[in-house]
Amino acid sequence: MWQDKVQSGMLGLMKKEDIEQLATLARIRLTEQEKANFEGDLSSIMEYVSTVSDIVSDDVKTNPEIGVVHNVFRQDEVTNAPDQYTRDVLAEMPATDGRYMKVKKILQIED
Amino acid sequence: MDTVKDLRKKFIAGETTPLEVITSALKIIKEKNGEINAFLHVYEEALKEAEEATKMYQEKGVDTPALLGIPVALKNNILLKGKKATGASKILENYTAVYDATIVKRLKEAGAIFIGATNMDEFAMGGSTENSAFGPTKNPVDTSRVPGGSSGGSAAAVAMGAVPVAIGTDTGGSIRQPASYCGLVGYKPTYGAVSRYGLMAMGSSLDQAGPLTNSVADAELVHQIISGQDEMDATTISATTYPKIPLKEKYTFGVPKRFLSEGVEPDVLEAFEKHVAELKSAGHEVIDIELPLFEKGLAAYYIVMPAEVSSNLARYDGIRYGLSVEGESLLDVYEKSRAEGFGQEVKRRILLGTHVLSSGYYDAYYGKAEIARKKMREELAETFKKVDFILTPTAPTPAFKLGEKAEPLSMYRQDIFTVPVNLTGVPALTFPMGTVERDGIRLPVGVQYIGPHGGDARLFDIGKSVYDKR
Repeated sequence: MWQDKVQSGMLGLMKKEDIEQLATLARIRLTEQEKANFEGDLSSIMEYVSTVSDIVSDDVKTNPEIGVVHNVFRQDEVTNAPDQYTRDVLAEMPATDGRYMKVKKILQIED
Repeated sequence: MDTVKDLRKKFIAGETTPLEVITSALKIIKEKNGEINAFLHVYEEALKEAEEATKMYQEKGVDTPALLGIPVALKNNILLKGKKATGASKILENYTAVYDATIVKRLKEAGAIFIGATNMDEFAMGGSTENSAFGPTKNPVDTSRVPGGSSGGSAAAVAMGAVPVAIGTDTGGSIRQPASYCGLVGYKPTYGAVSRYGLMAMGSSLDQAGPLTNSVADAELVHQIISGQDEMDATTISATTYPKIPLKEKYTFGVPKRFLSEGVEPDVLEAFEKHVAELKSAGHEVIDIELPLFEKGLAAYYIVMPAEVSSNLARYDGIRYGLSVEGESLLDVYEKSRAEGFGQEVKRRILLGTHVLSSGYYDAYYGKAEIARKKMREELAETFKKVDFILTPTAPTPAFKLGEKAEPLSMYRQDIFTVPVNLTGVPALTFPMGTVERDGIRLPVGVQYIGPHGGDARLFDIGKSVYDKR
């Protein structure tokens, strides 16, 4: 866990396996060269950003808040005309079948 | 090039016409864009619109919309219906916008003529425009140097004299830093003042669009046109969201002295001190302030921003639009399309964001960074009880050479004065404060005026009296 890494001063350090794991999560296939580059880059960037602890110490217990918090409501009604954007949006899709978008099979069903 | 306000006067008086101005703008682009690479796309049909605008001035004169016939360049991460919106990324190389961004709609209603789309760092990630998938933009002041970024194409488009105004976006300094490097006025509004609908999202809690111009009055005019509440962007603010910030005869400026000792080149600091002295002799008060949290903003920024980037860029998956690389399975399509479609800096930030958001690290990084933002906002609120503006150089150096900052962290440090502004959501204005010499060439450097939330009008007020009347 990160608390241990903080104590051992290892928070910034990234290994090749870490990069591979992140690439899987982020759905990006990396080359070996990229893995090597990002290992170094991310280690030094993470070491730098760890100085955020200078602003907020570990024991600070406050909730973050982002900007002015306010609710925005509107009536739940359709504002577009039927088919207003359909043709244009379909035209941007890499693969279509009529008015459908085509995607690869997601579930591999074993017989 | 004339300012927007001058052009407008001349159009009304009949001294020149939109047709002449657009014709000349297209000619300048033709002559210079090969070297500068400010524009990714040029819209020849602007000529036809210029003919119509010319006719309208003949018929209606002053009773025409405020920007009628004015050529405007648009950063290519802003949607203009029917035109390519690439974000300077290979993954959107062939993507055509299917609707207008709210700011585009408002500029169209004001009569602006879009003359082309400008180059940028891919998805607005970078500070030099070298991260574009379509080649770097060069600084018109010195073509061996970068124009800054990420709105480098927009800055170069104005600096090369093609347009009097270009629209950029600013997530951590992407309007202000290129404005500083190219000798222009640049404006980053209060967060929420300008709708983000139709802008490619990078860091949604940080992004704002704004103008790059030759005068503060022009920046104000364009800001007034593009700003305002929008039902398509729930984060837009109303005139009453923040307390009214009054204009004054004389203002009080706060200078964070200790902050400036960090990495600002000596002659840039000299130009800054001269500017401060000029403010004092104009009768304004200048006091020293301390901003210990604001100074550390860069670390929090490089947590928050990549976190938002990794979420926002998940949409580019090779399925719904953009580049799609054939694969064995759905996962294969995702991984190959994103591998081929994204450049190095974009991948770097997505991985970084994925890391700081991952289970077990969230509290150490993202959670802390968001608390840091809150504390920085509190620090600013206290500071703005004592001063009307905070003053810093816009960037620690003038424009650097192409290829000079290959190491990511050295590039990131250029944003040290601009990113805390986005993290806290306050507005900031930059304009040239002087020049410094590098290799026998005088390079412009900008000064940054930071105002309180909702203090947009006050920033334009001081900017006009200090810069436009110089």
